[in-house]
Amino acid sequence: MSEPVPTNSPVAREYKEGFHDDIKTLNSVPKGLSHDVVDYMCDVKSEPDWMRRFRHESLDVFLKQEIPPWLPGLRDEFNYDEFTYYVSPVEKSSRNWEDVPIEIRRTYDKLGIAKEEQKLLGGLGAQIDSEMAYHNIQESLAQKGVIFLSCDDGLKQYPEIFREHFAKVIPPQDNKFAALNSAFWSGGSFVYVPKGVKCDIPLSVYFRINAEQFGQFERTLIIIEDDAFCHYVEGCSAPIYTTNSLHAAVVEIYVKERARCRYTTIQNWSTDVYNLVTKRSLISAHGVMEWVDGNLGSKRTVKYPSCYMIGEGAHGEVLSLASADKGMWQDAGAKMVFLAPNCTGRINSKSISGHGGRSSYRGLVQVAKNATNCRVQVNCDALILDPQSRSDTYPTMEVNGDLATVEHEATVSSVSDEQLFYLTSRGIKKEDAVSMIVNGFIEPIVKELPMEFAVEINRLIGMQMEGSVG
Amino acid sequence: MNDTFEIVNLHARIEEREILRGVALTIRKGEVHAIMGPNGSGKSTLANTIMGNPKYEVTGGQILLKGENIVGMSPDERARKGLFLAFQYPCEVPGVRTANFLKLACNARAGKELDTMDFYDKLQEKMKILDIEEKFVRRYLNEGFSGGEKKRNEILQMMMLEPEFAVLDETDSGLDIDALKIVCEGVNKLRGPDIGILIITHYERMLRYIIPDYIHILVDGCLVKSGGPELAAHLEQHGYDWITKDK
Repeated sequence: MSEPVPTNSPVAREYKEGFHDDIKTLNSVPKGLSHDVVDYMCDVKSEPDWMRRFRHESLDVFLKQEIPPWLPGLRDEFNYDEFTYYVSPVEKSSRNWEDVPIEIRRTYDKLGIAKEEQKLLGGLGAQIDSEMAYHNIQESLAQKGVIFLSCDDGLKQYPEIFREHFAKVIPPQDNKFAALNSAFWSGGSFVYVPKGVKCDIPLSVYFRINAEQFGQFERTLIIIEDDAFCHYVEGCSAPIYTTNSLHAAVVEIYVKERARCRYTTIQNWSTDVYNLVTKRSLISAHGVMEWVDGNLGSKRTVKYPSCYMIGEGAHGEVLSLASADKGMWQDAGAKMVFLAPNCTGRINSKSISGHGGRSSYRGLVQVAKNATNCRVQVNCDALILDPQSRSDTYPTMEVNGDLATVEHEATVSSVSDEQLFYLTSRGIKKEDAVSMIVNGFIEPIVKELPMEFAVEINRLIGMQMEGSVG
Repeated sequence: MNDTFEIVNLHARIEEREILRGVALTIRKGEVHAIMGPNGSGKSTLANTIMGNPKYEVTGGQILLKGENIVGMSPDERARKGLFLAFQYPCEVPGVRTANFLKLACNARAGKELDTMDFYDKLQEKMKILDIEEKFVRRYLNEGFSGGEKKRNEILQMMMLEPEFAVLDETDSGLDIDALKIVCEGVNKLRGPDIGILIITHYERMLRYIIPDYIHILVDGCLVKSGGPELAAHLEQHGYDWITKDK
């Protein structure tokens, strides 16, 4: 391996989603977190009492809970009272695009989301700040009993299924940010796929932060019944401000027997967003969960999509892709928890650090005593583009079950001089050669993405890499 | 002038060590030259220096491609001007499909976006000559390739890029006899009035299939002897000792 070449351009990528629009706010609260804010939200949303209690209790949990010591910086980097915890520009979620307020539609036009609607999607949701402005599902899927609503509408329209599953996978006590989300959650999706129904076209949701110094706490609950399938795809972006914003989502997924769920994220927050997300799935016997987690933006991301294999023969998979550019720290990874026999898991993580960015792989593999004969394979590869950038790996393995096979492989590399000379000797310019090598590095993950996302990722990464290698 | 590749009193070093100490050579289009030499004589340094590997520093002399001094030019610039190097150790580029890479390289060489269908027609024609399987170009560039596949891939690239001057650095190393024959046939097909070829090799076995017009012997960074193809046979019989002793 050769020495990385020094960076000669400290300029970070261009962020084309960094614009901000003037959108009229209908409901909002004063800055800061308090039980009053919780009550206000419950009133505005006309929520049942159990949810009001749940939110208040969660806030108490949040106030008591500490940030773990392995998340340095987050303890004192911001003051929670700087943020606004609820900002709503819409009265309710519309099913017709034309009913969405014009200025919000304009924002989504600029982001290219309106065009998405014309594509073949099973459903599309669009959240702006605290609320879903739009949520719709194809008639054919609705007829099969597939439910795709904003999480708030899920609570209203399907109170029983909702309550039975809500906060059971990730209780507020799980971590400080899950507690924060539980207290102030708003928006996100509620997905229910009945037994045997295959939702073969993706359900897609886009999250946009427009307000400044704002906290977005979307909550997603996905239930895939026995033998069913669903692919859920989410993207996000925010304006560039000089102040910080906070995004703390919670995603809970139930993959029931022999069911399969794929959850794809293309996270592209602006570099003033703290992205602190808890994502977890419970996988029943012979179910399959696949997280495809792309982290390209944000100031700081803390996110480890998790698979809890609770039924025999379950399979969990996390494909994680992180790109840390100037001013970013991607603390990403995965958790695989084996609680039943004969389960399998795979983690494939790739990170790229450039322009002084930092990426960390943090992973947990846990095999319970009764989870015999489980197999898990972990690969994490880091590409570091210049000496200013940094990459760390923090793998934790706790294996108690018998006959477990645990493989862990990690590599760190830079763009090698040999590769650059080889490619340039064929007439390819150096910057194109670098971007070729970087795109080749992430290819095993990108090829798992839907086509339009793959193109977008290659474009974004190409932009991040510009001028990053001498 | 426009059909020559000329090395003038070339000196080059890697780190602090001077390896080339005044190499001089002129190749005209239509000619095939071979440089032979014992281990450590500077053969690979010469190949890398010609192509502009930044690890090697030119400390004196010139490399004239069609009359233009290319010392100081980047490797990609040299390639676009019609120079080619077939690597002794082609490196692996994971995740980059061979066909995509070739398309980009051909676009760069042509200075424009080539028609995809035309490109693939040409690619298939050349693959047939080199007895390369269809799926080969869908694999990642050199990743997991056998020694023979890597070398064939180098010649495939050369055929696709149609250079005006090509340097083949130890292309015979790591090839079994069948692969060597195929590779040499490929080079012979390319041979003609539009290209000048420089073969760099330790052994004469490649020169049994590609008969060069001239052979030069490199010892200690200098070309010490030149002659016709008969020189190869002589070397085969007597080794390099007689020359190094002469010196």
